[in-house]
Formats: sequence, C-alpha cells, structure tokens
Amino acid sequence: MVRNHIIGASLLLAATASGSSGLAEPNLTVGYLRVEVALAPTLSNLDPIPDDIGIAGARTGLKDNQTTGKFLGHEYTLNTQSVPVDGDVLGAAKEMLGASPYLVLDAPAEVLLQIADLPDAEGALLFNTSAGDIALRDDACRVNLLHSLPSDAMRTDALAQVYVQKRWTDLVMITGTAPHDKAYADAMRRSLTKFGLKLSDEKEWDEAADMRRTASQEIPLFTQSFGDYDAMIVADELQDFGRYVLYNTWAARPVTGSEGLSAVTWSPVIEQWGAAQLQSRFADQNNREMRSQDYAAWAALRTLGEAVTRTNSAEAEALRGYIFSDAFELAGFKGRPLTYRDWNGQLRQPIAVVHPRALVAQAPLDGFLHQTNELDSLGLDRPESKCEAFR
Amino acid sequence: MILSRSIRTAGLAVLLSTTAGLAGQIWVTNEKDDTVSVIDTDSLEVIQTYETGERPRGITFSKDYSRVYICASDSDAVQVMDPETGEILHDLPSGEDPEQFVLHPDDTHLYIANEDDAITTVVNTQTRKVVAQIDVGVEPEGMAVSPDGKIAITTSETTNMAHWIDTETQELFANTLVDSRPRHAEFAKDGTQMWVSSEIGGTLTVFDTATQMEQAKITFEVQGVHPDRVQPVGFEFTKGDKFAFVALGPSNHVAVVNAETFEVEDYILVGRRVWHMAFNADKTQLFTTNGVSGDVTVVDVASRKAVKSIKVGRFPWGAAFRP
Repeated sequence: MVRNHIIGASLLLAATASGSSGLAEPNLTVGYLRVEVALAPTLSNLDPIPDDIGIAGARTGLKDNQTTGKFLGHEYTLNTQSVPVDGDVLGAAKEMLGASPYLVLDAPAEVLLQIADLPDAEGALLFNTSAGDIALRDDACRVNLLHSLPSDAMRTDALAQVYVQKRWTDLVMITGTAPHDKAYADAMRRSLTKFGLKLSDEKEWDEAADMRRTASQEIPLFTQSFGDYDAMIVADELQDFGRYVLYNTWAARPVTGSEGLSAVTWSPVIEQWGAAQLQSRFADQNNREMRSQDYAAWAALRTLGEAVTRTNSAEAEALRGYIFSDAFELAGFKGRPLTYRDWNGQLRQPIAVVHPRALVAQAPLDGFLHQTNELDSLGLDRPESKCEAFR
Repeated sequence: MILSRSIRTAGLAVLLSTTAGLAGQIWVTNEKDDTVSVIDTDSLEVIQTYETGERPRGITFSKDYSRVYICASDSDAVQVMDPETGEILHDLPSGEDPEQFVLHPDDTHLYIANEDDAITTVVNTQTRKVVAQIDVGVEPEGMAVSPDGKIAITTSETTNMAHWIDTETQELFANTLVDSRPRHAEFAKDGTQMWVSSEIGGTLTVFDTATQMEQAKITFEVQGVHPDRVQPVGFEFTKGDKFAFVALGPSNHVAVVNAETFEVEDYILVGRRVWHMAFNADKTQLFTTNGVSGDVTVVDVASRKAVKSIKVGRFPWGAAFRP
C-alpha cells in the first residue's frame, strides 16, 4: 500500500516534469446508469424535464476530464444505459460493474441501495446524483455510495439560515401528498428545529380543482386561515401546485421552499465564481440550461477526473484514498473548494438560494459558524449522522 | 468607521510625502459597465471614462504606450484604443471570448487566452492576423511571457495546469499541474522563475523555469477569514522582484510575499473581491481592482497601508499603468 503510493507519486512527477504522457497511462471508464421512473402527473406542462437530464452533465464532465487527460496521457470513457424501473435494473448494474467499478447513478433511493448491496459493487465507487433522501446519508448509508447531489437536509438548512437572517420567524407550510413532498416537509421541520424556528401552522394540499383556471379564487381561500405570518413554505417537490400559490396568497407574504425562493444544487442564474463559464460550456454542448441533476453528474465525473489527474492511477482503492484525503479539492464553481464528508460520503458544497431570475443568497450565510468548516452547517454534520459504514 | 477614517488620514499624509510630482495613469477595465476608467496617480481621481466593447477584462499597453489593447470578452475581440483620445482604432481577431492576454517583448505578438474554447490564440498586431492557435486546457486564463520572449505560459482553470509554449514553434513543450483554478502567471527574477496563483487551491506555486520543476509553494492565512475564502488571483512584483503583492479575492486582502524566502510578511485590507493590480511609475503605489465594491484601493507600498479608495465603474477587473 505504502509502496504503491510512492510509485504513484514518482510517476506523477515524471509525467508532469516531462509534460509527456508519462509511463503509466490510466484509462478511466465510467458507467452511467439511469433507472427510468414514471413521472407523476402535474397540473402544468410548462416545464418539461429534458430527456438527457443528468447524462448531459456527465458528458460535460467527461469532456472536461478528456481535455485535461490529453496533456497527461489519461483517457476517459463514459458508457450510458437506461433501464425501466421494472426492467432488469440489477442485471444492468452488474454488467456495468463488470466493466468498471465507477458508476454514476440516476435512480430512486431504494434502487440505489439494491445496487450498492450487490456483491459486484463491493469496493466500487457509486455516485448518487438523483436522490436527496436523508436516510442515504444517515442510517441507510453505504460505504461504496457517495453523494454528489446535496441531501434534502442541506437544501432546507440553507433556507432555514435565510429565515433566521431575515428574521422570518413566524412560518407556515403547505405540503403536497406525494412522498417526495412529505420527505421535503420532514427535512424542513428538522431544519427549523435545528435553527430554532417553528411552524405556526401547516396545511396539506389535496385540492382536486384545476388551478390553471381557479387559482385566483382557490388559493386566497385556502391560505386565509393562516392569518398573518412572515413567510410561507411550500413543500411541492413534484412542482405540481406550488407555482399557482405565488401572488395568490391571502396575506401578501413571500413564498419559499419548493417554489418561489428555493434552495437548489444548481441553477441557470448562478454566474459568479466562474460559473458563467460552466453554464456556457454546458449550453454549447447540450443546447439547454444546466440543472441540478446535471451539476451532480458533472461533479461526479470531475471528482473521478481530479483523482485520476492527481494520482496518475485508475485503481478504485487509490482514487477512493485520494478523494477522502486532505489533498482532494474540487473546483465546483461555487466559490469554495468542494470536498467529501468522511462520515457519510456526502459532497460538501455551498447551496444557492435563488428565484427564477436571480441568485438571492448563497448558504452557508455569513454568521453561521462551525468549528471546522462552515459548509458543515448544512446537512448532517458528523455528530448528527447515524451512518456507521464509513467508520 | 472612526478607525477607518484615522487610517485614511494617516495614509494620505504618507501618500503626499511619497508621490508628489509623479505623473501617470492607471487604466482600469470595468467588466459590467463596458468602460475603462483612467485614474491620475497624482490626484488619485478618475479623470476619464471611455467606452469599450462588451465585458472588458484584460488590458495592456504597447511598449511605447501609444496603443492600449483591451480584451472585450463578450464582443469576441481585442480592441485597440488610442489612449490619447479613447477612440477605438480597430479590433484584432482574437478567437472567442478573450479574457486575458500578454504582449510579447517583440511588441508585436499578443498571446490571448480564449476562455470558452480551450485555446490560446497568437495574433500579430501589425498584420492583424492570427498566427497560431494552440490547444490548451479547459478555461485558459493566466498569461505570461518570459523576458527573453522564448516562453509563453497559459494557465487553465479547470484543467489545473500551466501550459508552457515554445514561442518559436508555437507548440507546447511542457504541462505542469498546479492547485485548483490557476488564475494568473508571471515570470520573475529575470525569467528564471515562473509563478502561478491557484484561486481555489489557495496557493502560489513557484517554478524553476529551466527545469519546470516546482521550487516553492506559498500558502496564506488571513486572521478571521476561513481558508476556503482566501483565494489568490492577480499578483505583481515590486522593484527588483523583492516582494510579490498578491490579491486574495473574497478575503478582501492583499498579501505581501517576500520573494526571497517565500514567506508572507503582511496582509493589507482592501476593497471587496480584490482581483488584479498595477503599480505606478516608481512602484511606490499599488492600485488594486475590487470587483464587488466597485472601487480601486490605493496602497502605499513602503508602509503597506491602504490609503484611499477610488470609485470606478461596475466590477473593475484589469489594471495597467501608463506614464
């Protein structure tokens, strides 16, 4: 092990000093597996989900890696597969794991766990780019499953910091009936408790009316019973009814959460910290704007690329060692180096708080301090996470 | 507030004693205003504002200061301006999205980083023709050329490398890894050293030019600022390359690095998101561009104190001196 490291280091020196391709030429193959899930019906068809969501981000990350690899004699390949959720998902995963231990996954939480628990996945590096479920970073964590997508808790913690900073202490929440909506609401309740805030009232959204025609009559009535409050939280992760709540509430108060002022992994409105370059590179390559899931897939590819560049290796053990070392830092266009939490495999990252037209804030907000890293004020900190697999 | 005023007064006294009678100008590009601001180094006031193409960033003068070259990034051109009148004389072909460039000692060839295209473009300013395009890493930005003109450097932000270009053949002869997001490069000590700043890595790497081997790495520590926010970007050397003044981005400080020992000696509080800088004629004053606060901080080099803030346009980026 030690010997390996020394050899790796000297090879790297040789490669960089001569500027040539060096002696070893690692070839990194990454699999991208999408599990197709039927989309729940929503009231509006205004914002279709792109067919290549996630994959497009992985492709841009691949291209970034290839350009860098060109100067070091490192090669990168991406294989993509898409399987219906009721198809042979595990068969596809096994096949891909046979070709490479590096797998980027777009799948629901329960499928992620099935793949991570495959004997074929032992010692693999799997990247979750689609599921914000807190449990995956908590007691359901897996040692071979890293998360380049922020947890729901990181996103709701970011908004809670905004509420504290703005002194919006009287909060109300409307929650949809879908499991994702409820999970988001749970994450939000946890965040509010964490930052010393409380909900003064809550309602469930189970209206059947077509809000495209009746929002201006229904929503004021629905929200009238909240009385006065500082801000409303909408838990509508399916993007179903939330869009009709804005500007229709009984009280003239800001709408936040899944709609209105939202905490996101990535958004087209992020342009600081060199982000404009990633945005335009992505748009040129994929003819659309970059979304959160694209960013998570891009970050997964770049994580692997950065590790290969610095270790001059494509061995899973060497890359994992580097990714969790102090030397690892990913320049993720969020103004700070991104690193992985060694207690649950979550990629530490700032969270953008945006509305559709501009960035409003970036969490962690000023004043939210932490004994080791302010980024750990977002999501499950070391003492909070019940993840055992990484110990 | 009281503190800052007393510093300012003290600084002004220093300033008056050291700079009286020296004339010169600092030209500053305002990225979000599409203008350049011209600061008089005597009065420390903006005396002219000229319009440029879209999103001006890199700025440099011809050797006789009769022309000023400006990277108008979103106009996809390098503009050539008459500094006497502010008139744009013509555009040079630059490749897409030129961000930063360096003028070769031959006063003719511009080496331009094309940020969106992973290319360095070489343009002849006389014939106005592209001489070469060189494939480099993703998001090229920092540009430098050795005093003897034999080597040009491009740093690439996402590839995290310094690319060494042989200006004879216009081909790469070495690629050296540095820490994350390299932003700026400069040759020092008569070209025997080449320095690169890494914004996200938070370091400066010093290379031995002859061997392209790393000679030193400089790290920074600003009291009360998380290390993640200490992000070195632009830097310049004082007389005789004794000290490097290093802009530390969102930490709002400029570091003073002893270029002999590679130790950091001082941190100077300046404006918000300090980015690039330029010295006056005798290098007694330093002018830093502060993107977020939209101003330029004047630093007295001898006392290492900020003495004045000068309001310029929105998002000041590059700075260049003209006598």
